[in-house]
Amino acid sequence: MRRARAALPTGLLALLFLAVIAGGHAFAGPNHSSSAPLGPGEITVTLTIEHSHFSPERLRVHPGTTVRFVVHNTDPIGHELIIGDAGVHQRHEAGTEPVHPPRPGEVSVPASATAETTFRFDEASGDPVVYACHLPGHFRYGMSGAVDIITG
Amino acid sequence: MRNRLIRAATACTAAATAVLITASPAMACGGLVGENGTIQLTRTTTLAAYHDGVEHYVTSFEFTGEGTQVGSIVPLPGVPTSVERGGDWTLQRLEREVNPPPPAERDSFKAVASSIGGVDVLLQTKIDALDITVLKGGGTEVGQWATDHGFLLTPDAPEVLEYYSRRSPIFMAARFDAAAAGALGQRSGDGTPIHLSIPLDRPWVPLRILALGRDRDSVVQADVFLLTDHRPQLLTGDQGLQLARSEAASSALLDDLRADKGMEWIPQQGWLTYIKIDTPAGRLTHDLAASVNPFQPPVKLDAGITSPNDLINTLTAPGQNTWVLPATIAATVAVAMVVFQLGSARRRSLFR
Repeated sequence: MRRARAALPTGLLALLFLAVIAGGHAFAGPNHSSSAPLGPGEITVTLTIEHSHFSPERLRVHPGTTVRFVVHNTDPIGHELIIGDAGVHQRHEAGTEPVHPPRPGEVSVPASATAETTFRFDEASGDPVVYACHLPGHFRYGMSGAVDIITG
Repeated sequence: MRNRLIRAATACTAAATAVLITASPAMACGGLVGENGTIQLTRTTTLAAYHDGVEHYVTSFEFTGEGTQVGSIVPLPGVPTSVERGGDWTLQRLEREVNPPPPAERDSFKAVASSIGGVDVLLQTKIDALDITVLKGGGTEVGQWATDHGFLLTPDAPEVLEYYSRRSPIFMAARFDAAAAGALGQRSGDGTPIHLSIPLDRPWVPLRILALGRDRDSVVQADVFLLTDHRPQLLTGDQGLQLARSEAASSALLDDLRADKGMEWIPQQGWLTYIKIDTPAGRLTHDLAASVNPFQPPVKLDAGITSPNDLINTLTAPGQNTWVLPATIAATVAVAMVVFQLGSARRRSLFR
């Protein structure tokens, strides 16, 4: 089934994206405290999706960390996990890909299922890194989280 | 009489569809689960009548002629004993009661017992071009059932379905069969009224579902009519609901409603309550609880009020303030005490 993506104006998407970054998501994960950035090296992070929200909604990683994301979807609807900068999210918010095969930084998570993908966080480039779901209406509903790359 | 009502109904429907035709999918007093995530922004009308321990829930689904997998999910306060086609003019007649036109303008029911993935399918029926299924299950299970049956749930659906299933795990899924609609000659804007009879200890009306799938700032507009044997006490947790009418139902209204198909149960006397909803979707987060027992207030949980910090709105009509009677009694008692004290003082002074 091909799903039409609700095309958002670029400006609006950029504003939403910045709002996510500035939103100050709480550190919700029991294993990911704000005082202990993850990495470096290879680590595993479990993201839980409930009621169309990610938990935790914010992560802190050292540069050079490769994160294996294990995504548990407890909702009865499908979701996806897309990780990247503003350009990545603009492309996916306007895109029409209904399903993402598991590839670095992108994976579809069917209803009540678990899926995995990996992503390497390099040195902070200044562009905020966000993870989000871009199925129609999901990003606007608040289905996103942010990754802080901690240097030094 | 019938022709007069049909003409009135046609006029009212035409007025209503002025806002209906701008969007695509079907809608009733339920949440849309359309195939492409688009949401129809329309004014909806619902009647929740409570008589002899049965809530008669009448709502209408509009066929818009677009999409093949378009439908709604309506949370129900209990298990219906019947789901049938509603009368032709009940909702329109109620609209006419509160918005009169200018003078110049004057099946088969199939009970099933199957369980699929934790969901009990309680009954299935087809009314005109609508495929209706009544389900029993938790929010996740009902959502999974809807997904498995081709519905695309909006991102807020998991939370909303969970919210309702905690109080009543009964849902009605209704979907238009586009081919059947075509065969019946239905056109965009044609409505199919549905009448459910639900035995209940006390009535409540799902309202939060009206906000399903909408942006927080988009405005939900709906007309909710209650018809009860006596004046009900009402309770909700939201602002944005206006008690526009609260009055003894006129004989003319009751006679007209009773004359509609399947509405023979309408009593000789009743109380009409008309509630207008005009509020951003993000602020429609509760339901409407009612009590027709003067000695029992509405139950907060029926309105979805679970936190002591929630707003309590008892929906008083303009000019009808709940504090007036107690204040009058208190003032009368105070005056009586002052008069008594003055009289006592005067008697004491006379005897000195």
